[in-house]
Amino acid sequence: MMIDVTGLEFNEINQKLRESDNKVILQGCLGQRFIASGMKDKNIAIDGIPGNALGAYLNGASITVNGNAQDAVGDTMNDGKIIIHGDIGDAAGYAMRGGKIYIKGNAGYRAGIHMKEYQDKVPIMIIGGSAGSFLGEYQAGGVIVVLGLNTNGKLVSNFPCTGMHGGKVYFRGEPPKSVFPKNVCLKLATQEDMKYIEKQIVEYAEIFGYNKDEILNAPFTVATPDSNNPYKQMYVAN
Amino acid sequence: MALLFYPEFEVVRNENRCIACRVCERQCANEVHTIDSESGLMLSDETKCVNCQRCVSLCPTRALKIVKSDCTFRENANWQDDTIKEIYKQAHSGGVLLSSMGNPKPFPVYWDKILINASQVTNPSIDPLREPMETKVFLGKKPSRIERDEKGNIKFKLPPQLELSMPVMFSAMSYGSISYNAHKSLATAAEELGIYYNTGEGGLHEDFYVYGENTIVQVASGRFGVHEGYLKAGAAVEIKMGQGAKPGIGGHLPGTKIVGDVSRTRMIPEGSDAISPAPHHDIYSIEDLRQLVYSLKEATEYKKPIIVKVAAVHNIAAIASGIARSGADIIAIDGFRGGTGAAPTRIRDNVGIPVELALAAVDKRLRDEGIRNNVSLVVGGSIRSASDVVKAVALGADACYVATAALLALGCHLCRTCQTGKCNWGIATQREELVKRLNPEIGKEHLVNLMVAWRHEIKELMGGMGINSVEVLRGNRLMLRGIGLTEKELEILGISHAGE
Repeated sequence: MMIDVTGLEFNEINQKLRESDNKVILQGCLGQRFIASGMKDKNIAIDGIPGNALGAYLNGASITVNGNAQDAVGDTMNDGKIIIHGDIGDAAGYAMRGGKIYIKGNAGYRAGIHMKEYQDKVPIMIIGGSAGSFLGEYQAGGVIVVLGLNTNGKLVSNFPCTGMHGGKVYFRGEPPKSVFPKNVCLKLATQEDMKYIEKQIVEYAEIFGYNKDEILNAPFTVATPDSNNPYKQMYVAN
Repeated sequence: MALLFYPEFEVVRNENRCIACRVCERQCANEVHTIDSESGLMLSDETKCVNCQRCVSLCPTRALKIVKSDCTFRENANWQDDTIKEIYKQAHSGGVLLSSMGNPKPFPVYWDKILINASQVTNPSIDPLREPMETKVFLGKKPSRIERDEKGNIKFKLPPQLELSMPVMFSAMSYGSISYNAHKSLATAAEELGIYYNTGEGGLHEDFYVYGENTIVQVASGRFGVHEGYLKAGAAVEIKMGQGAKPGIGGHLPGTKIVGDVSRTRMIPEGSDAISPAPHHDIYSIEDLRQLVYSLKEATEYKKPIIVKVAAVHNIAAIASGIARSGADIIAIDGFRGGTGAAPTRIRDNVGIPVELALAAVDKRLRDEGIRNNVSLVVGGSIRSASDVVKAVALGADACYVATAALLALGCHLCRTCQTGKCNWGIATQREELVKRLNPEIGKEHLVNLMVAWRHEIKELMGGMGINSVEVLRGNRLMLRGIGLTEKELEILGISHAGE
């Protein structure tokens, strides 16, 4: 079913969504925030540009944005899928613990901060273009993949992976020239890593109409922390 | 290796009384006590003693006491014992000093410099034994005016409220920093008392969802254990921006405490550090805070009040004014004497301000700006007694948060070594054999006793003033006088000096 959200406030949109069928298209979206906050059984397509905190606490719903998205997409999301056919703003996937965020274009600052994983819940964010500064800060789990497609080789800006203590960040191509903290190791992705990446890229390539083999036809670099307890030695009992 | 310094405490064992039953040995997780197999005598290694008094309490013949060592460095008002020892510790480790529980330094405690009024002759006091006294309070946004429909009936549609049988709640302590049995005691006591306890930032254990109606669930920068079910389980959601014991810095539960259920409840792997970044990295302004407040309201469909908890810091009045405009329903202010399971010593002892001053400043500012009804105010950070509660309410608080007092009720002896995870009282530990020392049934009973007693005292104090409800006492600063305070302190507290 189609809902024209032109001029509607965010609370009205979410109310309509809660009452709607499972498959919904929102038309005329222009900056309304908090769309689909905490929702689970919905399949939502959005024409236009949703505002901040799209899909916060998302709990299984699927969201496709046919355009760009703004800040704080998928904040603390638990499950589900968010597909952005454009660029995404700052702080995407903050503290997400499950589900998928696929971005065709670039991500802003602070993407994937404090992503975490637990047992079979492993969140994944794939950024087609490049990522801004502070990518994956405090990352505690989950996987971020930065592909650098159509970016003239640019992958990520300054200070990625600061405070990282779990999870993985994959970069397509040579290791980025950004300054990484000393407790993060950068290595060439292994065979096993490549198998994992391939599994994730199949769906991504299909959604955005890329050829998966072209994406995979490059070396990948993987960033991991060298310890789960990087701050262990910092303290003395008093 | 040479001793850095002589141990802080001495274990004094009365050999005439000691029967070498080895209870002390079994009770001490710090392994202070051992038996000498040859002589059959008990020995003690006081370098390991933290003065938690567990052995003293359980010694069946009262053969033990722990005393402060009188072996000290040469007296020096500037370079005091603790200061010198801290230098030695850091010089040998290169570590940041880490402490537990609230600021122990001799800063002024304003509660102890405020006196409460009583009625004499010109207005009658009320005897709570024979007259009804209302201690119930509601927390949440209140309408600023009465609205009526066309028939003249009052439109009665309040934003969501928390109903408390008395103006006290148990403040945030995470599962992980304290034990399962401690959480269970708090949850069951809150349910019986008709108040609330707070999960802290470590998620909500699956066994405690049944106490959801008396639970405040917390969302902190690490977002541990936060998911839709958790948000919906609680009666309110608290956004933790800061904590009185460590304003401006984040939390860090070491991987050694992330075991078993704690790992499952926080939803992070065993052994992995639980790091809460200092700021929420999606909140750099009041506008950003508003965004988190409303995303939580949307996720919980506007059915639950949203609390924003901040540490009492400089300019707290302006900060609270911003929060009151962010859509938050309740502001919780945590003073610099608030407790913690672990905080860098320097931060705990030097950052933040007393909650008494913060509360008075915030209440005044919100009233001056005409937005006091936008929010309820909850204050914590060392509320130690019913008279502290009464003074806080008269200074403008809607309710108080207590944590250290609740831990004391559970058996804590304030040895201030929570960070070791070896709490002999079964509170700040995850070691099974220690946790089971705290019986949650008895823990609940003690918490209920404490609060029932405080409730009686609150009624008596109010009755003495001729006031019969907490609602009427709130913000009634005429009932307070300062003693030994400067003009400036009185001005900030908004009270007169005793004798005026």
